[in-house]
Amino acid sequence: MHPYARAVPATLFDKLWDSHCIETDDDGDGLIYVDRLVLHERTGGVALDALARRGEGVRRPEHAFCVVDHVVDTVPGRGDETRVPGGTDFIVALRQGAADFGLRLFDVGDEDQGIGHLVSAEQGIALPGLSIACPDSHTCTLGALGALAFGIGTSELEHALATSTLRMARPETMRVTIGGRLGGDATAKDLALHLIGTHGASGGSGAAVEFCGEAVTAMDVEGRMTLCNMAAEFGAATAVIAPDDAVFGAAGATPLAPAEPPLGYWSTLRTAPGARFDRDVALDAAGVTPHVTWGTSPEHSAPVRARIPPASGAAARGALEYMGLEPGVALDSVPIDAAFIGSCTNARLGDLRAAARVLKGRRVAPGVAAVCVPGSTRVKRAAEAEGLDRVFEAAGFEWRESGCSMCFYAGGETFGAGKRVVTTTNRNFEGRQGPGVRSHLASPAVVAASAVRGRIAAPDALPRP
Amino acid sequence: MHRGVAAPLLRANIDTDAIIPSREMRRVSRTGLADGLFANWRYLDPARRDPNPEFVLNRPERAGASILLGGPNFGCGSSREHAVWALHEFGVRVVVAPDFSPIFRKNCAANGLLAACVPLDAVEALAAWTDDDPQARHLTVDLRARKIVGGGSPIPFEVPRGHRMRLLRGLDAIALTQGRAAEIDAFEQRRFDAHPWARLPAARGR
Repeated sequence: MHPYARAVPATLFDKLWDSHCIETDDDGDGLIYVDRLVLHERTGGVALDALARRGEGVRRPEHAFCVVDHVVDTVPGRGDETRVPGGTDFIVALRQGAADFGLRLFDVGDEDQGIGHLVSAEQGIALPGLSIACPDSHTCTLGALGALAFGIGTSELEHALATSTLRMARPETMRVTIGGRLGGDATAKDLALHLIGTHGASGGSGAAVEFCGEAVTAMDVEGRMTLCNMAAEFGAATAVIAPDDAVFGAAGATPLAPAEPPLGYWSTLRTAPGARFDRDVALDAAGVTPHVTWGTSPEHSAPVRARIPPASGAAARGALEYMGLEPGVALDSVPIDAAFIGSCTNARLGDLRAAARVLKGRRVAPGVAAVCVPGSTRVKRAAEAEGLDRVFEAAGFEWRESGCSMCFYAGGETFGAGKRVVTTTNRNFEGRQGPGVRSHLASPAVVAASAVRGRIAAPDALPRP
Repeated sequence: MHRGVAAPLLRANIDTDAIIPSREMRRVSRTGLADGLFANWRYLDPARRDPNPEFVLNRPERAGASILLGGPNFGCGSSREHAVWALHEFGVRVVVAPDFSPIFRKNCAANGLLAACVPLDAVEALAAWTDDDPQARHLTVDLRARKIVGGGSPIPFEVPRGHRMRLLRGLDAIALTQGRAAEIDAFEQRRFDAHPWARLPAARGR
């Protein structure tokens, strides 16, 4: 027990923070012990190079891991060459840094390569009760395992590599209670889009968000990861969900988990009855239907069967202008050019299964470019063992190697200016998927249904195959 | 204390992809980024670098702007510190907005940029005051007093105490923490004793 543990009931976040807080400095910032670090090629090489120039070492190299995910190609037969201009330099720099400092690297071609947050969960780099940091804003995904997870900048990464710590102000706590049960084709992604649409892209501004309630408890671990992942689009500092037996089973079976998982300790990782949160919101999952975004912020979301709301303010008008849409347009009438299934948000095995259920026996509409990028090489292998790759390919989807891929445009692949993409990713920002690309965020099932219909569509809108 | 030309960019949710598009992060480096700052908005054709004369940072009256006036949720999105490096290299020293993404704000503090929180109506008032003659109507940002001085009465701003102290003292964050090495070592030992599973074997590497 931490010597400063408070007498009042603690939230899950409080417990995680207190168990990692070495001290609180004169400015009120906590010095937080970091159990695990994950680096990727986009910023890992820069950080390791800066460290070397300072003459610093990595304090705990056995607790730092490197992945190649951000700019690596996802086309079959890929290597170090990238369609992203200069991308090879980033991969080579990370590889060199990992070798110099003795860090384990999940390299291009490694059977365990994948998007960092998926690899962290699959390998047991993130476990309940551990703190983990990675220079990527979606690191909060791992809060779904009961880990204390922080997305950080490159300077903070250097600090964490050199000292095994981060210095930061303690965030406020916010509870998001999601009652009821998801019904029909609604998923964790739809819940997240509904939440962000209701409370805004800064609705969780700076807070450590705990998701709880019947809908969260009933959700599988993958869905919880999607929910926590989207907390980044809610403005949250991080997200957590109390881990349960489903998490203990999955986490305990990973390669880096201890032979005898500390189930006694792990089961204390939950908010105590009567604990106080700084902020509290509630929503009901039962009424949530499949959602899609219509603008250039994740808060611009609405049910697939709704019409685009009246533009309130300059931001919404600008968003609609960029998107080539107008208020009053029925979202499920909007024709699309492309469909993308991938990213740390929605490219786990359950996501691919959900999309494949829609695609089985159907074909992508003529003229629609469709790409599926499994979130990790492990996911890809598992999907292939079930024959999902054949379902995707028979439907007209490209079946790719794992990586962040077209979640963002780094000068490599894009669907092209003016193209309208329905995508399982997390950001519909202007230009995020390439200059002029119009991105509509949705769940894997909605993306698959839209690809088949050639227009934005709910899965139940498709005729029988 | 910082005094400079202000540039209003008041839209909500200005994300780090907008501040520095990923394709502009061309080298394994913290530098060479100012040219790509706001590339999608600043250039009519980002590839050919034709300046967009309408974009606020291209307006002659805003030349040399070092204070950005932003809208709500400034710096949301990707954690890329390149956004802050690009702003700094361009010459921006202060961003004023109603609120910031937590990672962006920490990245600012790590690079000598002040991210100052001011209510939206006050940001709008500051922007409106500079409009008449931005080159003459400089804003003064006083980090010690936590106030921004424009036309009317000084406007107080909020900044996390740790960020403010870091900006005032200009300390090396790593060196500062290394001064606490004994405390870190002792904490870690207690943690490993209590939770031996949290420690991985150090068998790999060189």
